[in-house]
Amino acid sequence: MQRSNTRWHIAVFLAPAVLVYTAVMIVPLFNTLRLSLYTEIDQHRVFVGLENFRTLFLDPIWSKQFWNALANNFWFFVIHMLVQNPIGILLAAILSQPRLRFAAFYRSAIFIPTLLSFVIVGFAWKLILSPIWGIAPDLLNTVGLKSLYAPWLGKEEYALTTLALVSVWQFVGIPMMLIYAALLTIPDEILEAGEMDGITGFSAFWKIKLPLILPAIGIISILTFVGNFNAFDLIYVAQGALAGPDYSTDILGTFMYRTFFGFQLQLGDPHMGSAIASAMFTIILIGVCIYLFGIQTRMRRYQL
Amino acid sequence: MLKTVTQLTVLSTVLAATGAMAQDATITIESWRNDDLALWQDKIIPAFEAENPGIKVKFTPSAPAEYNAALNSKLDAGSAGDIITCRPFDASLALFEAGHLADLADMPAMDNFSDVAKSAWQTDDGASTFCVPMASVIHGFIYNKEAFEEVGVDVPTTEDEFFAALDKIKADGNYIPMAMGTNDQWEAATMGYNNIGPNYWKGEEGRRALIAGGQKLTDDAWTAPYATLAKWGDYLGDGYEAQTYPDSQNLFTLGRAAIYPAGSWEISGFNELADFEMGVFKPPVQKAGDTCYISDHTDIGIGMNAASENAEASKTFLAWVGSPEFATIFGNALPGFFPLSKTPVDIEDPMANEFVSWRGECESTIRSTYQILSRGTPNLENETWGASVAAIKGTESPADLGAKLQEGLESWYKP
Repeated sequence: MQRSNTRWHIAVFLAPAVLVYTAVMIVPLFNTLRLSLYTEIDQHRVFVGLENFRTLFLDPIWSKQFWNALANNFWFFVIHMLVQNPIGILLAAILSQPRLRFAAFYRSAIFIPTLLSFVIVGFAWKLILSPIWGIAPDLLNTVGLKSLYAPWLGKEEYALTTLALVSVWQFVGIPMMLIYAALLTIPDEILEAGEMDGITGFSAFWKIKLPLILPAIGIISILTFVGNFNAFDLIYVAQGALAGPDYSTDILGTFMYRTFFGFQLQLGDPHMGSAIASAMFTIILIGVCIYLFGIQTRMRRYQL
Repeated sequence: MLKTVTQLTVLSTVLAATGAMAQDATITIESWRNDDLALWQDKIIPAFEAENPGIKVKFTPSAPAEYNAALNSKLDAGSAGDIITCRPFDASLALFEAGHLADLADMPAMDNFSDVAKSAWQTDDGASTFCVPMASVIHGFIYNKEAFEEVGVDVPTTEDEFFAALDKIKADGNYIPMAMGTNDQWEAATMGYNNIGPNYWKGEEGRRALIAGGQKLTDDAWTAPYATLAKWGDYLGDGYEAQTYPDSQNLFTLGRAAIYPAGSWEISGFNELADFEMGVFKPPVQKAGDTCYISDHTDIGIGMNAASENAEASKTFLAWVGSPEFATIFGNALPGFFPLSKTPVDIEDPMANEFVSWRGECESTIRSTYQILSRGTPNLENETWGASVAAIKGTESPADLGAKLQEGLESWYKP
């Protein structure tokens, strides 16, 4: 008996995921890209090619906002890379110490903020940092550092960094968990072999563990990149759609929202909004490609 | 088949109804004011139905944030109510231009309203008026009477007196002189710039000149309010940069601040929360004896669905909304939202009464950015928020702010 070569089961098993994913992700994505090529003239949708992108990048009013949002987005990302991920790695390294007591408690405590809604985190931190009711000024006062206090969220020069750090506080649990899992997969034999050669303590981490968890760090970096360039919620909750003060916390997400849906007297413009969304998509795509082809393929992997 | 049956049913119902009584009709009101549901059902509708037997009124509000979108789709689908509550300016103008709102310019009740009141619901040339003005909000300052007595300051009428009072309160140290923050931005523009501004640009005169192109935002009349706002920064509480709108409301109602730059919509909330006596004063003029101008901003109107099947009943209702009787009920049930009709209305709440009395002493205008000037990108209203904040913080000079706003406006608006 000859067996059929068409393996129907593959299509059958893939179908649900492909259908759902196509309906809720791929179609809207391409529709957004398509929408960015149109504009509305006298209540009619008209095809204008790349005109919206020309406005976005070359019109001084639009491009100023766009580059401002993009620069803010990069700063937001840089803070996460410099603060969130090193702290995550450090916490994971500490948690993986076998002699640490209450490790499970610390692990959960640090991870819990990740589960909270942006709305709760935004409001809680707004209250903590509030110059009027907040505990931040009082806490600084009790240690005699009141002079260091400033209404951070209201100052152009600090607001974005403050919000980035709030976001770091919320999400530091994710790199911690991923690195922690990677550290647990390192077999004890390797570490013991290292010990025999006199590599212990900090140098064991630096020379043995860190190279072994590098792929995990790469994954975290790309997750952080995608998450940050899609960020919107925290800024919106804390500073509103105008991303004040004076657009200093405006990132691509809030810029897109304001344009697409409109704000106060500003009527929404779905076509320019889609153009911004397409630009965001392209930026993220380029970032991910750089990582996939430029970094990941060159990363050394070790067989454990 | 089903459609024919439905049509027949509708037809027979209509026939039955008209047969029963020549005028019997039920009209439905679309609104975003779901906060006012009780007021409409308990006071306004019974009063109307008592006078007009044969017309039944249903008030069917939706949530404020969804209203515009929901209304648009209902109008397109032909299922919207007979009476439409109108947002001011462009949102309603778009509905009129799309043919959804009926022209009401020749309705006799329209004579009860001033031109300023009607401006929010007119075409740019003023030829058609499509909504009956219902209510406005007035700007001014609410102050803590006990604090004023304690510190020993009088209610200021000129700008010099205003800043002298602020200085004295600040020197006393027991109260934050003025409760306002810049975190949410809109207060700085709405309760700051558009509150004190009309005294500088002479209300309607300046506002119309700006639209007509006779004045520019770089003119003294438009930048001087920024210079005055720049002086406010010293009198706002510590860390006002991060102070939000609810923070300011709480600071004032807890009795920690002496003056609150306000809109009249605060009245009912403040009456409930504050346990001290409050008073109000109007935006101080520059020199004693100057004409005063107030921002008497049109906020709610009411119009008729052009496709309404009960046009006669709807017109009767709108005429009644334009009458002094409606104004009295509405003005007293919602202190701080003032009826716009020319006939003076007796309002019982003392603060609201004080606010509305300014209409007799001063010239009324609306917020400078709302009509026509906020249609394009960059949006002048939103830009004014940022500019007012920058003025208060002192990060940019009034002249620079004026130049920036004018440049943005000119990029899309030709008078």
